[in-house]
Amino acid sequence: MPTANQANAVKPQRWPLTTGRSKRVLPGFGLSLGISLFFISLVLLLPLTGLVIEMSAMTLSEFWFVITDPRVVASYKVTALAALAASLFNGAFGLLLAWVLVRYEFPGKRLIDAVVDLPFALPTAVAGITLATLFAANGWYGQFLIKLGIEVAFTPVGIVVAMAFTSLPFVVRTVQPVLEELAPEDEEAAVSLGASDAHVFRRVIFPALWPALVTGVALSFTRSLGEFGAVIFIAGNMPYISEVTSLMIFIRLQEYDYAAASAIASVVLMASLALLFAITVWQARYLKRLEGR
Amino acid sequence: MASTPARSTRSVQHRRVGDSPAIKWLLIGIAIAVTFGLLIMPLVVIFTEALGSGWSTFAENLLDQYTLHAIGLTLFVAALTVPLNLVFGVALAWLVTRFRFPGRKLLITLIDIPFAVSPVVAGLLYLLLYGRNGWIGSWLADYDIQLMFSWPGIVMVTVFVTCPFVARELIPLMQQQGSEEEEAGVVLGASGWRIFRTITLPNIKWALIYGVVLTNARAMGEFGAVSVVAGNIRGQTNTLPLHVELLYQDYNVVGAFTSASLLAGIAVFTLAAKGFVEWRQARTLIRLQAQETV
Repeated sequence: MPTANQANAVKPQRWPLTTGRSKRVLPGFGLSLGISLFFISLVLLLPLTGLVIEMSAMTLSEFWFVITDPRVVASYKVTALAALAASLFNGAFGLLLAWVLVRYEFPGKRLIDAVVDLPFALPTAVAGITLATLFAANGWYGQFLIKLGIEVAFTPVGIVVAMAFTSLPFVVRTVQPVLEELAPEDEEAAVSLGASDAHVFRRVIFPALWPALVTGVALSFTRSLGEFGAVIFIAGNMPYISEVTSLMIFIRLQEYDYAAASAIASVVLMASLALLFAITVWQARYLKRLEGR
Repeated sequence: MASTPARSTRSVQHRRVGDSPAIKWLLIGIAIAVTFGLLIMPLVVIFTEALGSGWSTFAENLLDQYTLHAIGLTLFVAALTVPLNLVFGVALAWLVTRFRFPGRKLLITLIDIPFAVSPVVAGLLYLLLYGRNGWIGSWLADYDIQLMFSWPGIVMVTVFVTCPFVARELIPLMQQQGSEEEEAGVVLGASGWRIFRTITLPNIKWALIYGVVLTNARAMGEFGAVSVVAGNIRGQTNTLPLHVELLYQDYNVVGAFTSASLLAGIAVFTLAAKGFVEWRQARTLIRLQAQETV
């Protein structure tokens, strides 16, 4: 480790900023900073001002009235519970899939590894109509599930299926690299000393994996909270039962009630930015701990 | 006699968790079954629904004037969005991987905003700002410029939704590669543009291509944000995903899946591109390691 630190100290980018511009060896600092700041301000930050202005025209009681409307509150519950169920499913299945892809060789492995990213590449509306078709009462899956008494399409279960589909890659892709880097020595030692597989997994492997697993599940949850395209086709969108919060914003917009849409959107925005912030802080701490080891 | 114990100790040393055949094949079985049911079957459904009524119906649906218009608009939006995000992604990746400055970490977090924000909220933000009642929108309206409910609005929200992808592909790679080669270029007196073109670009080429392919797929497929700002005017502001929704709501399922199959084709192409890029990068890595050992 000390040699690595010395090497870093020689790198110019490690020099403190106070030594000034002349010490930056590579060109393009001003240009890339200019483009990045201009773009981020214009595309990401400026649009927030519209929401702030719209909100400032509302009184606190109006705001409270809109965001605690029973139908909206019901949509928070549906969205949060479905996102939780979907991200927990992805936590379990994503961990299994990452494990299988890293540890085993079998025919079709490369195809499975490639197809894991499908939900990121497939438009959400296409995913929505496809899942609705599969799980409809006369669909390929729906006709069997209905005999078992399970209704998926046009129920909250459908929302979970859509959210699980669109956020499936997160856990696999955060756990996979950690599993690949995991040194085999501790594990092999424990196994050769006669510990059971389950015991070694719990005591040796899982402690190294769980920070990545939590990150993946949190990303999956965040993405699911905002999911719209895939959900609305399969949810049935019944008030109080299967309406997600994104849809409530959309409905208020179609009623030209911009103030109400903004109020609900601000709740969603705060929740997702808080989650993003928490994930970033969590990852920074976890990386620091990994480097310190 | 001597070889037997040696082999057995080796096999003991190499035994790892989950190596017993029963567990191994059970886990592989579950992985294949769920992947097949949840990911591959949907792809199969899209193409069987689209082609289920025969090729002539497929062609007829495809050549419908509104479908053709939606394809044209989608290509147009992607053609404007991708270059903008390409320039931004490369500039940001260069900035955060080649320099250290206060606020660097904040910038990396900020570009993740589009991942965390619901697409409907993203569309709403643009509508509030550039719509007729927004502070920029009302000012533009005085000059008879309307951005929302027409193609500029679609491009603007698409840029928002897809802006992280190129940067997200490049940052880890450029971080890992370090800047020694570029610094050598500076010492040898090369201009900034020449350093970028002859040193950086060949190193990041494949990741950059995948970043562009992914940005393109997302730009063509964005639904939530676009549906807020597009107003869904058939033959005017209908992109391909909106057209899919419109046909599906009209109970024209075959038509909806025909348009959906085009988007699914782009998705499959994107996955193939990713596989190819990873294969190229692995090959380059092996070659570099081989050179080092020589």
